Order: sequence, then C-alpha cells, then structure tokens
Amino acid sequence: MILLESLQKTYRSAQREVVALRDVSLNIAAGEIFGIIGHSGAGKSTLIRLLNRLEIPDAGRVLIDGTDVLGLDDAGLRAFRQQVGMIFQHFNLLFSKTVAENIAFPLRIAGGKTNRDIDARVAELLELVGLADQGDKYPAQLSGGQKQRVGIARALANRPRLLLCDEATSALDPQTTQSVLQLLLDINQRLGLTIVLITHEMDVIRSICDRVAVLDAGRIVESGPVTRVFLHPQHPTTRRFVQEAEHVDENSQADDFAHVPGRIVRLTFVGDATYEAALSRVIRQHVLDFSILAGRIERIKTTPCGQLTLALVGEEPAIDSALAQLAQQGVTVEALR
Amino acid sequence: MELLANIDWAEIGLAALDTLAMLGGSLLFTLVLGLPLGIVLFLTGPRQLLAQPLLYGALSFVVNVLRSVPFVILLIVMIPFTVLLVGTSLGVGGAIPPLVVGATPFFARLVETALREVDRGIIEASQAMGATTRQIVLGALLPEALPGLLAAMTVTAITLVSYAAMSGVIGGGGLGDLAIRFGYQRFQTDVMVVTVVLLLILVQVLQMIGDRLVVRFSRK
Repeated sequence: MILLESLQKTYRSAQREVVALRDVSLNIAAGEIFGIIGHSGAGKSTLIRLLNRLEIPDAGRVLIDGTDVLGLDDAGLRAFRQQVGMIFQHFNLLFSKTVAENIAFPLRIAGGKTNRDIDARVAELLELVGLADQGDKYPAQLSGGQKQRVGIARALANRPRLLLCDEATSALDPQTTQSVLQLLLDINQRLGLTIVLITHEMDVIRSICDRVAVLDAGRIVESGPVTRVFLHPQHPTTRRFVQEAEHVDENSQADDFAHVPGRIVRLTFVGDATYEAALSRVIRQHVLDFSILAGRIERIKTTPCGQLTLALVGEEPAIDSALAQLAQQGVTVEALR
Repeated sequence: MELLANIDWAEIGLAALDTLAMLGGSLLFTLVLGLPLGIVLFLTGPRQLLAQPLLYGALSFVVNVLRSVPFVILLIVMIPFTVLLVGTSLGVGGAIPPLVVGATPFFARLVETALREVDRGIIEASQAMGATTRQIVLGALLPEALPGLLAAMTVTAITLVSYAAMSGVIGGGGLGDLAIRFGYQRFQTDVMVVTVVLLLILVQVLQMIGDRLVVRFSRK
C-alpha cells in the first residue's frame, strides 16, 4: 500500500545543515499497523509528514495506493489528504469549536454533504470513539484521553484508508495510553484501516504494531515483525529500546551470571509453544538440572511469547541433545556462554 | 465664577454625538480594511502558509511608515486627499479618512499578532485534512483567534477615541474640537473638564464591552 523509496531530507538554515532522513526505504502493507520508533531527533516526525506531504523530501519517491504523492497538483493533494487521517501528540483540536464541530470540520472541508448527513456522520463517529454524549462540550472541558478520541474521530470522518499517528499517546498517562491504543487496534480490525504510527515508546510498538522499523539518526537500522525485532534485537539502538521497555540491563546481567556454573542459554518461545511443557519434558528426558537466571512471559500484540535465560548443568552431550530437541520443537535457542 | 457657568449642555450633547459618529464610522472602515490587511500580513509572513518575502516586506514597510508618522502630522498631510475623497476636510466626514489611515496599520499589526498566537499545530492539522488556505483562514484561524481579535478591536477603538479628539486641531468636530476651541483657546476650564470626563467614560465603556466579549468567546 505504501512504498517509500530512497527518501532524503536535509533541513538547511543559514547557520547549519541537519540531515533528517538518509536513504529511507519502506514497504507498508494494507491493513497492518506499522510502527516507527526512534529517539527525538531521529527523523520520525519528518518521515511521517512525508506520507501526506506536510514535508517535501529532497529526493526519493512516496507511493500510496499507486498514487505518486510528490507528483500531485494542489487540488490533487487536497483530495488525497482527505483520504488520509492524521492524529497528533497535542491533539491540535480547535478550542473555539465544540467536539461535534471539530469532528464536522473535515467533512465541511471535503464538502458535498448536507448538514443532516454531517450530523449523522458525527453522531456515528462519536459513538465509535466512545464519546456519544460529549458532542456539545468544548475541548478544554475534556481529559487528554478524551481529546485524543476526538482527534481520532476527526481523522476518521472522511473514511480514510490510512491513518497517521504522530506520537499520539506521548502526552497521555500510561493507563490512558493503553485505552487509546486499544481503540486504534479496534479501528484497525473493524475498518481494515492501515495505521502508521511514530513513537519513542517500545510499549506502544509491543501493544498494537504488526511490524516495526527502528530509526536512528535518519536511517532505518532495523525493521521486521515486532516479535522478531523485540525478541531478537540486533542493532544497539533497538537493544536499548527493548531494554528500556523490559527494565533490564544487559551489562549488569552479564556480571551477575559470571559466577553461575553450567552452560548459559536463552530460549525463546513464540505463539502456542509458550504454553507447552516442552522444556520440562526435554529436561527430564536428558536428566539435566537448570536454574532460571532471567525470564519474561508476555504478549506482543496478540501473540504470547516467552524468553528464559537458563544455566544448564549436566553432561555436555546431553545438553547438546536437549537443545537440539528444543530447537526442533520451534524454540529458538541462543548460546550465551 | 459659578461652577460649570460656561457649559452649554446642548452643544456638549451634539459634540458627543459627533464623537460617537467619528468613532463608529472610522472603526467600521478600520476593521473592514485592517482585518484583510492583517490576514495578508500574517499569511505572507516568514514561514507562513503563503510566505512571500517581497510582498510581506513591502506591506510591512508601508505599515511601519504610517505607524511612525505622528497622528497630528498625518491629519495635516491628509487634508488634500480627504478633500478629494469626501469633499471637505472639516467636521465628522472630514475626520474619518485620516482616522482610518491612522488606525488601519495599527489594527492590521494587531490582527497579524493575534493570528500568530494561534497554535501552528492547528494549521498543520487543517492542512492534513486537505483544507484550502481560505478554509484554514475562515474555518480555523479566525475562530481560534477570535478572543485576540476582539481585544485588538477594543484597543483600536480606544485609540480612535483619542485620535478623534485630536482631529479637533484641524476642525474635526466632536468633543475634542469643543475642548480645544472653548477649553483651551477661551480658557474655559470647566468645558475642558467635562469633555475629558465624557471621553474617559467612553473609553471605560469601550474597554468594558471589549473585555466582556473576550471572556464570552474564550474557550481555553
């Protein structure tokens, strides 16, 4: 659905040049939730704004549903933007208008609808985002989470195929963040809408994204399905994001394990394997002992997964055979020491 | 001398009505001309929607020139132009053109400032919805800036009250004219005091109305 090719963007001012994006290429499929994670200044704001041409790249191509976004004339661009919803970190609602008027604004911009059509659509959207009785309030009377729900309703007004989320939950507390994320997931599943979001929080990626790209200093350093990137991060930046989300510190862990006897391995279970008794069967068969050094069991979006760091004690050939058997059953085995 | 001996209340009443007429007429034209000028200044300004450095520079220069001319000088310089426009440079009609020329650049700058106060995110959100510049201005910018615009109108109206009084110097009519001819030139201090009190009341009332409107339309 979305194809980004070799995008380059440099901000120039009299004093200095800042490279925001270096040779960024991405492919995003229809119907997926695609996350782009990066620290502030990594270029993610620029990247998401290239999708609806709020920013213009110095080089590269942006193709969305076959439309060459950079080649559109003014009228074409406006028509295209009406088909792409966008929500913002600070909501960007009109304070002078009621919730219902805010949601009606994009409908009036698109034109061609009677007031009755607009009222009906606004009522439908208020229902969808769970604000059915709040239409007559002003944004200043709402909580942050409610404001973002208004932002989502407004973004969906013209039935877009694509929703862009610019740090949509960064100004919200953790609980509200989860409820807004669940709303986005619900919309994605019910309406089949493609969602591209940018964030600096791995939790957001883990909660709702199918695939993720990690942006570092204007470059995509790693990308793939969230389960893979999350459980087997390769690039140092990705590792840092995962560690922040998991509250672990690889360096201090390595020190802790230094005096533990036995062979240290990390086992990763994804999907149904997470809940099976594979580990205990294999251990019993091979007559091994083990101690758990670190571990986590969690869900990535809807996929259950687990990761255990074990110290295995026993005969070397028995350990080898046990690990081979686990690998055969779909468990990813990594030897740490 | 008896207190208020020189006061001709009928004349004061007429002068007050003249002042109100000058204020109303000049405020109307100032708003009608200054609002679009302020919007154009905002839109063509640096990093704005229709950034046009040359046009903005030129408009900005003209506005600055007009604002830096002392109003008393503008009153005199404008006389030939005023005669051309309304046939006389005297009375209520003769006072309105210089008042409008004096206040419009002032009001336009206030409009530009009020529009700049609107969060850029709101413009960005409107652009992302596919709005035209016209839709952004009418649908988002002006409603969002309304409290600021009302405050700007209040300040402009009050400035016009003092300008209108000053126009008495060139025979502009109204309370200012009365104050100069009787209060100043004939040393009738009581006339001076009464006109000043009336102007003070007018300014107070304008400020109060303005403040109420600002509160009425503020949603933040």
